[in-house]
Amino acid sequence: MERTLFLAQRISAIILGPLVLVHLGLILFAVRNGLSGAEILSRTQGSISWSVFYGLFVLSVTVHAPIGLRNILQEWSRISPLTINIVALLFALIFLLLGLRAVAAIV
Amino acid sequence: MNKIKRETQELTVRVWRGKEDGKLVTYQVMSRENQTILDIITEIQRFQEPGLAYRFACRVGVCGSCAMTVNGRPRWTCRTHVKKVSHEGVLTIEPLRNLPRIKDLVCDLAPFIDTWQRAGAPFSGTKTRNDAPALVDPESSTRRAAEAGLQCINCAVCYSACDVVSWNRNYIGPAGLNRAWTLINDIRHSDRKQTFDQAFGDGGCGSCHSHGNCTRHCPIELNPSESIAGLKRVAFKGLPKDV
Repeated sequence: MERTLFLAQRISAIILGPLVLVHLGLILFAVRNGLSGAEILSRTQGSISWSVFYGLFVLSVTVHAPIGLRNILQEWSRISPLTINIVALLFALIFLLLGLRAVAAIV
Repeated sequence: MNKIKRETQELTVRVWRGKEDGKLVTYQVMSRENQTILDIITEIQRFQEPGLAYRFACRVGVCGSCAMTVNGRPRWTCRTHVKKVSHEGVLTIEPLRNLPRIKDLVCDLAPFIDTWQRAGAPFSGTKTRNDAPALVDPESSTRRAAEAGLQCINCAVCYSACDVVSWNRNYIGPAGLNRAWTLINDIRHSDRKQTFDQAFGDGGCGSCHSHGNCTRHCPIELNPSESIAGLKRVAFKGLPKDV
């Protein structure tokens, strides 16, 4: 399992690298006329490409972040390995649900 | 004149006495030319503190027995000259970090030795004594990779220097993983895949943060960081081919 998690975290990082750059660039671009819900929705609603972009973003974060959290808890806490795995899984679920909900809300 | 002056100077040596709940005890030792840390400890034990416990064997940097923490850094004491590490004539000598303390400067090395087993380190050959010796091309990439990590003397300096070991006692550590890397590159080893699976198992090479403390402190200048990076590459690219 450790090898699978190692590979999953590295591969998700490779995917997240360009996505984060585009996301940051988009933030700079999006606020040029002030930031409003209407302006965001006008750009994203009905856009398949943005839904794919942020859908992939959410999936990558769902894989990447909980593995990192698991590593941190293993090193810095005295929580049992089983509990750490459950906490990491819960965080994965939270990221997935909140992320996909946010994506569904804007497209 | 200069030599005479130096011999009249004294070193202030603070030595750890006791187990985990021990304390540093200060001794005064004459400063001499070409004095190693092991010389200092021996002088204290012979002439001032007969009960002082410490380990050594070869005294020439081969056996890996005499590693201790000197002024905060793990070092092989038989090859560490006082003038290289003392700060204004003061030395602080403690047992290695990350290992259970037995008495004074002696640690229990069992957890460190166990990591070698956990890293899949035992060699198992494919041939019997009736077969001809395996032909290993010294110029092949696998042999050169193995050669780079073979000379480890098991001193536990890297294990003591590693912050990841201090955070996660389940981590195999640099020496065990370095050993696994040499076996994975040994074409005579019968189960390189098994060794890799163990080296990448629970507490395996995936836990390494690539700080490089192991490489920085290795007294014989091996590069366990590079060996661990090699193991990580195997996760992506598969076992190294004999080229």
